[in-house]
Amino acid sequence: MSLVELRDVTAGYGGAPILNGVNIEIDASDIGVIVGPNGAGKSTTLKAIFGLLTVTSGTVTFADKNITNSDADRLVPLGLSFVPQEHNVFTSMSVHENLEMGAFIRRDDISDTLDEVYEMFPDLKAKRRQHAGELSGGQRQMVAMGRALMSKPKLLMLDEPSAGLSPRYMMEIFEQVVKINARGVGILMVEQNARQALGFATKGFVLANGQNRFTGTGQQLLDDPDVAKSFLGG
Amino acid sequence: MNDFIFFFNQVIIGGAVLGSIYALGAIGVTLIFGILRFAHFAHGDMMTMGAFFAFVLAGLFAGMGIVTPVPTGFLVLPIAMVIAAAAAVGIDKGFYAPLRARGARPVTLLIASIGVTMMIQGLIRLFFGVETRTFFATEPKGLIRIELPFEGVTRPISFTEPQVYLIVLTLIAVVALHVFLTRSRLGKGMRAMADNPDLAQVSGINTRLVVRVTWIIAGGLACMAGTMLALDVTLKPDLAFNIILPIFAAAIVGGLGQAYGAIAGGFLIGFAETLAVFNWSVLLRPFRDSLPEWFEIPGSLSLVQSEYKLTVAFIILVVVLLVRPTGIFKGAST
Repeated sequence: MSLVELRDVTAGYGGAPILNGVNIEIDASDIGVIVGPNGAGKSTTLKAIFGLLTVTSGTVTFADKNITNSDADRLVPLGLSFVPQEHNVFTSMSVHENLEMGAFIRRDDISDTLDEVYEMFPDLKAKRRQHAGELSGGQRQMVAMGRALMSKPKLLMLDEPSAGLSPRYMMEIFEQVVKINARGVGILMVEQNARQALGFATKGFVLANGQNRFTGTGQQLLDDPDVAKSFLGG
Repeated sequence: MNDFIFFFNQVIIGGAVLGSIYALGAIGVTLIFGILRFAHFAHGDMMTMGAFFAFVLAGLFAGMGIVTPVPTGFLVLPIAMVIAAAAAVGIDKGFYAPLRARGARPVTLLIASIGVTMMIQGLIRLFFGVETRTFFATEPKGLIRIELPFEGVTRPISFTEPQVYLIVLTLIAVVALHVFLTRSRLGKGMRAMADNPDLAQVSGINTRLVVRVTWIIAGGLACMAGTMLALDVTLKPDLAFNIILPIFAAAIVGGLGQAYGAIAGGFLIGFAETLAVFNWSVLLRPFRDSLPEWFEIPGSLSLVQSEYKLTVAFIILVVVLLVRPTGIFKGAST
């Protein structure tokens, strides 16, 4: 049983569709990475899963449940979590409060999950009382990921988590992605740093013009000369 | 010394009273703006409406012969606030929510709220007429005088009983709001939604619930402010419509969307208005002998005549926006 499955999804913002029949399938054990040129519909794919734009045809299934065009606030309790690329922290709230907001849907004790997140990102523990708006880009990304983990998701979706980060932070974020996956959380992420990301991806999807161009394991895509030439810069 | 006590009675007490009313009104305006991103023009009339709820309840209580040491207007205030909060949620459901569901822009909601203003005022005039009413028709308005034990002091510090309740209740409301916004799950959810509505939704925060709670708080505080204003002066159908502009000025000066800014802005404008209309020649009179011969103290020396009190709020607003375009507490700039 796949965790999330997109079948022939067409979606857009009301005008011409941006996705023209995208197919994606991810298991709980997978790290799925979506790569492709600008405007290929990578981020749009994540937003379509999360109900942030209208799917006009095709289906999105999560754990055998049809979630096509569900509202975002209904998906979080099901086990989906999403880290947008930009504006992904509550800048006027403390790091700690940001994490609490990630657990808004939970009514049980969240202290264990908080400890896990602080263990994962020790930087955040030291800055837990500071406003998220005062942090560096890399630390903000950690807050954003931590927030998304607080709901104990089954699937974590990340939109370009390494965008604008220094190599040091990029490596740290990628390491954590692998660790999170090892705990049984499925990952679906969009990445600009395609080579690095495909290096640890169990599934890679190359999108272009809103359609699947290549699909395979990360290694297969890296080894494919066509993919390398057209999408990974030679 | 008598002149300083006059100053204290006029400016300090008067400013605190006016500032409390402005602050409570501005908190509602700023919370609604933070969550729903529109200027709720009908907020003054929600205050008036709340005052009329309290007035009717006070009449019922008096009719039942309930007499307590507390002025009846304050006794019925909690019940009136609950009714006003429910009315605020109802107004949102009936008028604003359908517009939001169709993706109406903030300016459309603003215009709709002007319609709600006229509707509330019309309904009040329909049921209660246009005359001025008082909460103290059947009971006396307590006056508190504190004589100071200094030689030559004849004028006491004086204020009314409702003014004491007003200031104390405002303080309680502000502290309660602070605790709610910083300690409770829903209060933090409200701040999150005001900070970043898209991310709040993505985080699974129940935005419909947050909207409802916002109206409950705004409606309850509006009722509190309106009732206390009516208890301090008198009750009439345009009671708070007349002060909606300084209330908006307070919310903007404080930084739109910032609850603490609204409190600061409310008191700033309240004190500025009382200072501006104060007759400063009263304070000059004691120094009559040390002033040069040619200087004659005019009978009235106030910065602004009280008819033009409203301009004070706008002068402050303009100056603050020039110096800090997002308000004292760095709110939304739109």
